[in-house]
Formats: sequence, structure tokens, C-alpha cells
Amino acid sequence: MLALLLLHLVAGVLAPVLVRWWGRQAFLALALVPAAGFAWTTSRLGTVVGGGEVRQSVAWVPELDLTVTLRLDALALAFAALVTGVGALVLVYCARYFEPGDEGTGRFAGTLTAFAGSMLGLVLADDLLLLYVFWELTTVFSFLLIGGSGARLAARRAASQALVLTTAGGLAMLVGLIMIGEASGSYLLSEVVADPGSGPLLTAGTVLVLAGAVTKSAMVPFHFWLPAAMEAPTPVSAYLHAAAMVKAGVYLVARLAPGFADVPGWRPLVLGLGVATMLVGGYRALRQTDLKLLLAFGTVSQLGFLMTLVGAGSRELAAAGLAMTLAHALFKSTLFLSVGVIDHATGTRDLRELSGLGRRLPVLAAAACLAAASMAGLPPLLGFVGKEAAFTALWDGGLPDRTTALAVLAGLVLGSALTAAYTLRLVWGAFARKPALPPTAPAELAHPPTPLFLAAPVVLGLTGLVLGPASPLLEPLVAGYADTMPLLAGEAEKLALWHGWQPALALSLLTLLGGAALFAVRYRVYQLQRGWAVGASADEGYWNTLQAVDRLAVLVTGTTQRGSLPAYLGTILVVVLALPGSVLVFRAPWPGEWRAWDTPVQALVGAVVLIAAALALRIHQRLSAVLVVGVTGYGLAVLFALQGAPDLALTQFLVETLTLVVFVLVLRKLPKDITERHRPRERAVRGVIAVAVGLLMAGVGAVALSARTATPVSVDHPEQAYDFGGGENVVNVTLVDIRAWDTLGEVALLVVAATGIASLVFLRRRTGVIARLAQEQRAARGSRRAPRRRWLAGSEALPPERRSVVLEVLTRILFHSIVVFSLFLLFSGHNQPGGGFAGGLVAGLALVLRYLAGGRYELGEAAPVDPGLLLGAGLLVAGTSGVGGLLFGAEVLQTAILETTLPVLGDVKLVTSLFFDMGVYLIVVGLVLDVLRSLGAELDRQEDEDDTLDVAPEEVILR
Amino acid sequence: MTPTVVLPLVIGGLYAAGVYLLLDRSLTRVVLGFLLMGNATNLLVLSAAGPAGGPPIIGVTEPEDMSDPLPQALVLTAIVITFGIASFLLAIIHRSWRLVRQEVVGVDEEDRRVARREGVHADELDPDDLAPEDRPAAHADSLHRTARAGDSTAEEALARRYAGIPSDDIDLPPTRGASR
Repeated sequence: MLALLLLHLVAGVLAPVLVRWWGRQAFLALALVPAAGFAWTTSRLGTVVGGGEVRQSVAWVPELDLTVTLRLDALALAFAALVTGVGALVLVYCARYFEPGDEGTGRFAGTLTAFAGSMLGLVLADDLLLLYVFWELTTVFSFLLIGGSGARLAARRAASQALVLTTAGGLAMLVGLIMIGEASGSYLLSEVVADPGSGPLLTAGTVLVLAGAVTKSAMVPFHFWLPAAMEAPTPVSAYLHAAAMVKAGVYLVARLAPGFADVPGWRPLVLGLGVATMLVGGYRALRQTDLKLLLAFGTVSQLGFLMTLVGAGSRELAAAGLAMTLAHALFKSTLFLSVGVIDHATGTRDLRELSGLGRRLPVLAAAACLAAASMAGLPPLLGFVGKEAAFTALWDGGLPDRTTALAVLAGLVLGSALTAAYTLRLVWGAFARKPALPPTAPAELAHPPTPLFLAAPVVLGLTGLVLGPASPLLEPLVAGYADTMPLLAGEAEKLALWHGWQPALALSLLTLLGGAALFAVRYRVYQLQRGWAVGASADEGYWNTLQAVDRLAVLVTGTTQRGSLPAYLGTILVVVLALPGSVLVFRAPWPGEWRAWDTPVQALVGAVVLIAAALALRIHQRLSAVLVVGVTGYGLAVLFALQGAPDLALTQFLVETLTLVVFVLVLRKLPKDITERHRPRERAVRGVIAVAVGLLMAGVGAVALSARTATPVSVDHPEQAYDFGGGENVVNVTLVDIRAWDTLGEVALLVVAATGIASLVFLRRRTGVIARLAQEQRAARGSRRAPRRRWLAGSEALPPERRSVVLEVLTRILFHSIVVFSLFLLFSGHNQPGGGFAGGLVAGLALVLRYLAGGRYELGEAAPVDPGLLLGAGLLVAGTSGVGGLLFGAEVLQTAILETTLPVLGDVKLVTSLFFDMGVYLIVVGLVLDVLRSLGAELDRQEDEDDTLDVAPEEVILR
Repeated sequence: MTPTVVLPLVIGGLYAAGVYLLLDRSLTRVVLGFLLMGNATNLLVLSAAGPAGGPPIIGVTEPEDMSDPLPQALVLTAIVITFGIASFLLAIIHRSWRLVRQEVVGVDEEDRRVARREGVHADELDPDDLAPEDRPAAHADSLHRTARAGDSTAEEALARRYAGIPSDDIDLPPTRGASR
């Protein structure tokens, strides 16, 4: 069974390719997939009828006890045969429905095949959650199929309406399924139905599950999405919205009925909504002029009928329901496909424009008439058998309560009369010659159908005809399901065409006569319907609800989002003060004793940091403010060193320097002073919040400093670092081994930030052209060698007044040493302070030096690579080294230590996490280079070339 | 462990200054505030790790005298990330300056428009106001087409008589006919 589902999946994925290769003929190949499913399903008929079942169980997520459990019993087999059989025929039909040049056929083919697989999974699933997964998959595919290419507003609206409604029901159902699973103690459908348990939890769960079934099967008051879904191409309407998907709700009710029919609330809901839906659908089908919509409302009506039968919870009605389900799938898909043929041939589906079609398309008319006869309940078709069985069952029993049974019977008879009436309207509308129209309308058939196009409706129509007299053959299968429920009538009636003269026959006759009468006076009926038309409808209610939600959203957004960032931040901070702050004041363990400082130096540096921070508030000159903030950073580096964290001190020092450089690069374009934009009152409020937050955080710091009493998790880190990580610098080993996943995520963040910076400056490209010296300049100084008569290669491109000989000389002397030093930090970082971060920052500083001394051309000569390349390479190296651990039989990102003795070098110890650190190094260098390239070199170029707009011809940038 | 007075004081001071700058409308000051708060947070995490100790390097310090290496590793990446984010913020300042010659966080006009309930969202359109071919199928009536000959004359007449009464008869666009 699982193999079948996978086959559908593979076919769905391959479908677009097949359609590209073979055009519409690919549908014929795809039809083989559901056909294989049909063959397999029917081959198991013997087992299932004999009382057995086919089961398959595969562990899915063992940690969560999720298994893919599939089970084929009588009910599942009936539905599976339906889904696969109709699916195969519909796919064959598609091979002629689509024209060779149609767009989006590949997409459609894939979605439809995948849908067939999900539907098959839905009826086979024996696990509540798996059932839900397939349930939602069918919803999603239905959405895609209704929406089509998404080019038409009506299709989009219909698709989203169907999605919203069925998903809302589906979510309710999920909650319900979980409640049922918890109440009954099992998530296996077969066990749940066998012993559902009891109690309010089960009742609530049942009602929620029914909500899912009701929305999916388009019961009142959610019926309106189904007619709207007729926007989809006809094969979709025939398959999803007649034979398969809308039956999911019927299937679920049928599946649960044996165990749940006696749960309080089940019968009123199912029977009430079922009968109401049957009447509303039939009533509205009577006034449609579009054949497809007529069928759609007819489907709504029939779904109500089916729901009533399978939900009643008695053996006799369940048997009738299953027979009727088969009959409905056969006749309704035939009719839909026939309407599709008519639409294809004539270009219209409006019954006011069609006349005399029956004589011109006799084969189609015959097939459609067979199906219509089955729908109306004429002998000897399967529809008649099902309807007879239903009437007989209700006449004799069917429901525990006689009054209810008779009321339901009356409703079903009335609904069947409506069915007969709209069936006549359909046949008349599609095929009859109408006096007021020319004998043939439209005059020309644009596309006479080919035999293959007619194959699917003819086969389906004939099946309905054959199964009527052959219905006793269905009895074992139907009984296999129905026998799970109690028999309420005196004796079990077998499925058969002729039961002798009995009340049900009279009722059938009554429905047919009533239908004929309604059809005869159809204009009168139409007049009445229009007279009774009221403004309100369920559809109207749906749109009004959506609009109300929209308005509420606008109201909430408009009230809370006032558009001021300081106001938002202030709100957040006040909440921080109110909630964690009050916990801190009232509940926190305050320290009992204090020390002034660790060392006097610490106090001195702390004072400097505080003074610098205070100055940052007062200074309005941009660069000075940046400098004093830099002072706090450097002060922090000292505090880190005093705390015993040399790696941090090193990194903080380097980062602070780089930050200053970046600030200067950006701020050189801005005015010298920051304008004060705040009134004194605003400043006071800010001050109050700031001081309060400062006090809060100081308190947090004090409490945190004193609260640490438990043994830290890192107590074994030093030992592990050496034994497993092969390094002496515990911090570095933590970064590249013990917590390497963290580091991988963090360097990935750096890549994102670097890309963001570049895209903010370059706008349309990842980076600009790397500024290189002209070819001849390079050739003149002799290929790739360093310049001999100048200090730097690219500085001559600078205007003389911007050059500095001292800086150039220093750069020439220091650059290579710094790069070597950065490599030293990288390689030694495993055992001494350093590592990929520090090494990369130092290398970045070397590049900064080249850029500051020689300008953008010098930067291009120093690093003639795309920063994106460095970033990507770094990520690749880090990631690959992580996978490398796997090769040595370890986990991802685990370090392997390779030790060997080489002739000259002596003992060499190589730890694989070094490669991870190299990745980090490359990423950091790439980040710095990206910053220099965009905020440095590109800004220079814009200024040099006065390229203020940076716009290509006929391109408009909103500035 | 006995806390020092110096470290909480520095942390609180940096936070206070950072928050004050963060609430400014000038983007430059916002970035400076961001940096100060970043520094304060790093110091908080590191100091919460425990008392000062020796560098966590085997061979330099005995394991029992070492400062806790784990928070150091966390703070180390945080420092570098702060640099990346600060550079990104600076790039935003640059962009803002190039676009509008301003580097302030202005009032978001979009938010203001929403607050004033302006603008029409597509879903606020009543289906009745849409063009007939765009109406959802289950909505509106089918009788917007002009007179047509046929057996349906009575229906047409009725439609005229009851014009304006909403009906749920529908008119789907032909799925295949219209394209030809």
C-alpha cells in the first residue's frame, strides 16, 4: 500500500516532465498509476470479503510514536476502488480535454496525480494523525487545482474560499482527533472505532471532527464553496468535487459511525445537516442555467443524502449508504465529464443556448442519460438500488427513534423528488431540442469529440448500468462494512434490483412523479423561487465575516501601531520594567555582602567607561560621539582581560577598531553634527526610562553575580577540550567543537549581514565591479609582481592631495606581516588565544590598512576577489569540515585528531576542527572585505564619478 | 559568590546610556545606543559567569583556577555579530541619507494611514461591486447578460421584473469556450 502511495508521489513529481516530453498524451501514462492502484485494490477483494483485512505499518517518527499505518477493510476498499478507478478514467479524459498548446498542463497533471495519491492515502490511513495529514493534503491540492494559474480573480477567490473553509474545518478536526485519541487511549482508527470510550471530552472531540467532515463535504451552511469551486477545469470538478474529495467527509462519518453514532450530538448534527443540505442543494439546483453549476448544487444535495445514510449508525442504512456512494460517484462523474465534452464541443454550458445536441452527439447523450437515470433513481440502475434500499431501511427501522426515522424519510423523499426534477432539467437542458431556439444551437460544433474523449463517461455510465442488476454481487462487500453496526429493522434486506411490491417502490414512484411534475411547471417554480429570494445567503455571510475580520485587523493595527519607533521601543522597555522588574524587586535573592572591586585597575577602567558613556549622551558631533563610544569598547576589552578572558579581550579590541573604521567610512558622507530633534519633555521621559532600565539591569547584574551557586555545566570543559577536541585553548575548542553548531549558525548570520550591507549599497547586484588598475598600467609594471618604484600598486590612482607617503610606506612594510600574523592566530588559536574570529579580524584590518593608504584601486589589487566568494567558500569549508567528522566515524562537527611524525617537522598533530576555524576565518575576512568594498570603495566611486542616481536607462528607482 | 560593586555599576550605566540613545530619532545615535547596549550585555553575561580567574588555557592555568570558558565562547561570537549588525545598520543609515537626505527614524506613514482607516484592501471589496466575470461563482446573479432568444424568455422577463433582488443563480465563465 505504501508503495502505491509512493508511486503516486513519484508520478506527480515526474508529471510536468512527462507532459513536456509527450504533451497531453502523458496523461495516458499517468492514468496507469491510479489504474495500478485500482487493480491492486480489486485484487484484494477476496481477502476483504472473506472478513480479512490488509495492514501495513511503517515507523515514521518513532520518538513521537508516529507510524504510517495503512489498513484496507471493506469500507476502505470501496472508497479506494472508487478513488483509483475514477481517477484513472479522469486522467484518460484529460488526455483529450486539454489542447496540445495549453499552458500549465504539466503543473495541472502533477497536482492531479498527487491529489489522487493523497486521496488514496486518506481512505487507507488507519492512524488519526496520518488521516489528518492526507486530509489537509487533499485540501491543498484542491486549492491549487481550483486556483489554476492564478490569473483570474474569480478562480483565486473560489480557491481561497474553499481553502479557508475546509482548512478551518480541518483544524477543528485536528483538535477533535486529538481529543478523541486521548479519550479513547489510542490513535489507531480501528481501535478507536472499536472502543471510543466516553465522556465530555469524547463528545466535544466528536463534534469537532464532524465540523471537519461537514466543511469538507460541503454541508449546509458551508455548502457554497463547492459551486464556487466549479471555476476549476471540468476533470477537477468531476474528480475532486464529485467523486473523491468531497466524499472525504462522507468517508470519515462512515468510518466513525459504527463507534460514534450513539455519542450525544452525533445523530442530530449528521441527520439534521444531511437532510437540510439535500433539500437546499436540490432547491437551488432547480434554478441554475449553467449545466456545471446545476450539477454542483446537485452534488451538494446528494452529499447531504449520503451523509444522512452513512451517519445513521444502523446496518441497513449504512448498507444503503455505501451502495449509494458508489452509485453517486459513477453517475456524477459521468455527468460532469459529459458536460465537459459539451463545453469543449460547443463552447458553452448554458442550457439556454443549447438545442438539439442529443441527435448530434448520440453516444454522449446515451451515456449521460444512463447516468441521469441513475441519479433520478430509475430502475434498473445502481442509483435506483441504493435509493430503494434507503427507503426500505427507513420504512422498517433505520433509526432508533421512529418519529425521527419517518421525518428523515419524508425529507429524503422530498429531496429525491427535487433530484428527479433537476435531473430532468439537466437532460432537457443539455440535449433536448428547444422550441424557441433553432433546431441546432450552436449551429456548428467547434470540436466534435473523439472516441477517447468519450471513453471515460461511457465506461462510467455503463458501470452504473451493469452494477444495478449485478448489485447482489456488491452485497458481500457492503455487508462487510455494514455488519459492524446493529440491525434495527426486522430483517436485513439484501441489495437487489427487485424486492417485490413494497412501500419503497411506491415512494420511488412518488419521487419520480413529483420530479416530473416539478419539471413540467418549471417556469412557475422559477417564478416562485425568484419571488422568495432573500438578500441573505450563506455566501454573503462568509464574505461579511471576512470583511469583519479585515476591519478588526485594521482597527487593532491602527490602534496599536502609531508609526513611531521610539514609542514602540519605549512601550517594550516599560513592559520590561514592569514585569521582570517587579520580579527582580520582590522575588530575587539579593546579595548579602558586597566587594568594592576585584582589582583597583578594574575600578579605574570602570570609571573611564562610565565617563565615556555619559559623554556619548552629551556630544552632538558625530565623530566625537563615535570615538567616546569606542572608548567604552576598549575599556570593556580591558575588563575582559581582567576577568580572565584573553580571547574576548583580543576580539573586542579588534572589533572595536574595525567598528570605528566602518563608522568613519559611513559618517564622512553625513553632516558633522547630529541635529537635536527632541523637545525637553521627550528627553525627560527618555531619561526616566533610561535610568530605570539602567537600575534594573544593574540589579540584574548584581543578582546574577551573586546567584551563581550551582556547579556550571562547563566544569568539565577543560578536560574534554583536551581529550576530545585536541586543543588547550578551551574557549576556542568550545567554539569549534563543543558548541560548533552554535558557531555555524552565527557565522551564517554574518554571511547574511554582509550580504545585506552589500545589497543596501549596490542595490541590484551582489557587488560592484572590483576596481582594478587598467590592464596597461599593470602590464607596464611587469605582470603580477609587486611595484618596484612605488610603495603601493594602486595609490597612484588617488589624487596627490589624498596620498600620504608615511601611510604608504608603513602599509608596504606591515601588510604582509599582519597577514602572516593573522594566519598565525588562526593556526595557533587551538592552543593559545586566537582562532578563526581573531585571525579573520586581523586579516580584515590588514585590508583596511591597504584601503586607507591606497584607495579603492589599492583595495582591488590587495584582494581581487568577490567577497561573496569568500563568504560562500567559508561557509562551505566550515560545513564540509563538519561533515568530515562523519568520515572518521564520529558525529557531525565532531573533531578527529590525526597525529603523525614527519621526517623534518617532527610530531604533527592535526585536528579537523582547524578546517572549521578556517571557514570562520574566511567568513570574517569576507565580511570585512564586503564592508570595505561597499561602504568604502563603492562610495568613493559614486563620489568620483558623480554617480548620484546609479540608474540604468528606462529604470526608475524610487528615491 | 560575593558580587563586586564595580561591574553592576558599569553594566547599569552602559544600559542607561544605551537606552537613552536608542530612543533618539537620529539613526546615528540609535546605532551608538545599540553598541553600548551590546557591550553592556556582553559584560553582564561574562560577569555573571563567576569571579575573575585565569585564562582558560590548559598549561597556563590549572582547571580549578580557570574562569568559566562557556560564557566566553558565547560572548565571543556575540561581539563579532554585533560588528556585523552594526555595519548593517550603518549601511541603512547610508541608504537613508542617499534617498531622503535624512538619517532619522521618521513616523511611518503607512502605519498612520492604517490608523486613519485609509486604503482599500482587495478583500474589502463587496463581490457585488466586482465585474461579473470576477464574481465568485456562488455569488450574485447570472442575469446580467443581455436578452437572449430561447425557451428562457420567461426567465429573462422575470429577471427584469425582479431586478435588484439578489439571487444566487450563477454564471460561470466558460472554462474552455471563451478561449476560442
